[in-house]
Amino acid sequence: MSDRTSDELPVSAGMPNDDPRPRGEDPVDSDEIDYVAPLEAHAASVADPNAKPILEVRDLKMYFPVKSSGIIRRTIGQVQAVDGVSFQVPEGGSLGLVGESGCGKSTTGRLITRLYQPTGGTINFDGRDISKTSARQLKPLRREIQMIFQDPYTSLNPRHSVGSIIGAPLAIHKVVPRDKILPRVQELLDIVGLNPEHYNRYPHEFSGGQRQRIGIARALTLQPKVLVADEPVSALDVSIQAQVINLLQDVQREFNIAFLFVAHDLAVVRHFCPEIAVMYLGKIVEIADRETLYNRPNHPYTQALLSAVPDVKQAAVGGRRERIRLEGDVPSPINPPSGCRFRTRCPIAQEICARVEPPLLQIGQRHKVACHFAGELGKHPDRPVTAPLLGVDDTGAPDPGATPSPLAANEPGYSDTWYDLERKTMASA
Amino acid sequence: MTVQASNLESEQLPDPSGAPEGDVSKLAGKSPTRLALGRFRRDKLSMVAFVVVALYILAALSAPFLVKFGVLDPTSFNQELTDPSTGGLPIGKLGGISWEHPLGVEPQTGRDVLSRVWYGLTFSLAIALTATILAIVFGAVLGIIAGFSGGWVDATIGRAIDLTLSFPSTLMLLALSSIGIQLMADILPGTFSDPLPNGAYVVFVLALFGWPGVARIIRGQVLSVREREFVDAAVLLGASRRRIYFKEILPNLWAPILVVFTLTMPAYISAEAALSYLNVGIKPPTPTLGNVLRSSINYSSADFIFFFTPAFLIMIIVVSFNLLGDGLRDALDPKTHR
Repeated sequence: MSDRTSDELPVSAGMPNDDPRPRGEDPVDSDEIDYVAPLEAHAASVADPNAKPILEVRDLKMYFPVKSSGIIRRTIGQVQAVDGVSFQVPEGGSLGLVGESGCGKSTTGRLITRLYQPTGGTINFDGRDISKTSARQLKPLRREIQMIFQDPYTSLNPRHSVGSIIGAPLAIHKVVPRDKILPRVQELLDIVGLNPEHYNRYPHEFSGGQRQRIGIARALTLQPKVLVADEPVSALDVSIQAQVINLLQDVQREFNIAFLFVAHDLAVVRHFCPEIAVMYLGKIVEIADRETLYNRPNHPYTQALLSAVPDVKQAAVGGRRERIRLEGDVPSPINPPSGCRFRTRCPIAQEICARVEPPLLQIGQRHKVACHFAGELGKHPDRPVTAPLLGVDDTGAPDPGATPSPLAANEPGYSDTWYDLERKTMASA
Repeated sequence: MTVQASNLESEQLPDPSGAPEGDVSKLAGKSPTRLALGRFRRDKLSMVAFVVVALYILAALSAPFLVKFGVLDPTSFNQELTDPSTGGLPIGKLGGISWEHPLGVEPQTGRDVLSRVWYGLTFSLAIALTATILAIVFGAVLGIIAGFSGGWVDATIGRAIDLTLSFPSTLMLLALSSIGIQLMADILPGTFSDPLPNGAYVVFVLALFGWPGVARIIRGQVLSVREREFVDAAVLLGASRRRIYFKEILPNLWAPILVVFTLTMPAYISAEAALSYLNVGIKPPTPTLGNVLRSSINYSSADFIFFFTPAFLIMIIVVSFNLLGDGLRDALDPKTHR
């Protein structure tokens, strides 16, 4: 069918005689070299301390109903995928969301883009709550919040050309006249480092990295203010990951986009996000700026996660870091453990952990942790630091003599004062 | 695979031949449909089937014009060519084959068999095609809605499918034929015995009992397509339901729809013949493959050629359509191997 055209170009050997390549069998992403990115120019992203929050999530909940089988399907339980999550994303900044599979980080991302209707809580975008907005009213908001998907092999419609994939947002929102769509598409292809002449090709003609660039171009088309990146590089080859991350940093800087970066690769998150939240079983267990979280984690789960990251420097010295092994599996989110959800696998759990749920307590200028025995690795206190604040004794039983302190728990963002773990008093900067 | 790899490289690396940049735009992308067409062309059996089907359609389309210009004459009696002493059998060998009547003449009436069969193709195609298109349009739309919406919508459509499929369709078709044809005659131009109301009744019944099968197949396909992230991406972009149904999901369903089409067509062509035998459908003197076959059955031993011609034609067409459908399925879905 294409004999004529392929004859004109001696380098193309003929028509591809097979369907889109099965995933994972990519030819080498040699094509990626055409995007010459000065790697050293891409230092880790830095947070602007004065940036206003553009996205503020408060006590966000997503419960999926579990239906019984049979003709009459009653709801017999709920998967508490996300259970009371609060955070802020500053304008043009990025928040990383990490955690193991099934902890609710992707669900959180999809809630913010309103692919799901949250069960509870609020999502404040640019000063308005979008958690209960109807589908019709959401349409103008769709321009502001976009998403980059995890799997570049399913996120592009195989029957549409690249031009119509990237141009679709313009056509749907009627942003530009029909004849102006193509120039804009080519401009976007250029921005993401693809050949603008390739607009009439189909997704199967591109490699994984290139497809992800197409997905990024589509997300950028409407110039959103917030981009939810749902594991944008985890489906890519390691050599391609860096280039896509650099591209994301470039577009973030250029268009001042705020990122909610969902990932499980701690190294990638460390590079991209000045602020990181760690999730476990639908809750944020620790949230802090990059330096604090990576150097002085206070939650035993964060410590275990970080101990699993291979460290090149350590390997060069020859020493081996002690790896904290977590026993057992993640409990079912249908029936989560009482009190602290991590207690079933926690190496330092005590009686209080089963009775009282630890609040997400601010323990530093930009550091919150949800643990009764918060402390750096090896320096966890013997007595629960939270007991006096919650008005319970050390075993978690209510203490009639104690006066609970008013805690600003589960508020998004950070307050100016925090609870100092060393001195056991409130402190401020 | 290797071919594709080299193809990819050619896009990216600086062109060694030094061809001007502008050439790049000429190398337009090959859509998955074009790739499938290439695979289809290499399948010899399917190509033969395709040629037969194309000839069938061409013959069916040309027949009305040939009748109009007098080349074919399916209705004139030539009783001088039949022999009353043998009970009206055609005079001459092999059912009266001659230069004027290459496939012989009909016993008793002496009508030209070639003309009747050829013109009959037109009515068979008209009935089968209309019924297939109706069944597929309704089936596909309901299947997409059921598959994408899920919940009570899916359950309702699913029950409707079950109900229709559990209906004794042939019985109903026969029992209600006179009422149905009268109804069609009231709506459409033509009287009770005219071809249009009779044909319309057959089309209606075939489509009525044909859509559930299509809807089931399409629903199943939609269930897998809707889980892919490009549907989420479309929702996120604020695309309307209609756009998602018909621009995002439907293009991914062309393969099953095409295959269902090519497998439903032959089923309806033979269904038309079977219904003619049960005296439902277009009645003589207007010929269809079905009613020519029906009138020939009495002569299956006395005038074998007359019986053989329509039966053989129906067989050829049905087999070709089935082979075409199989070939298309293989071409459109390279992962399945026979």
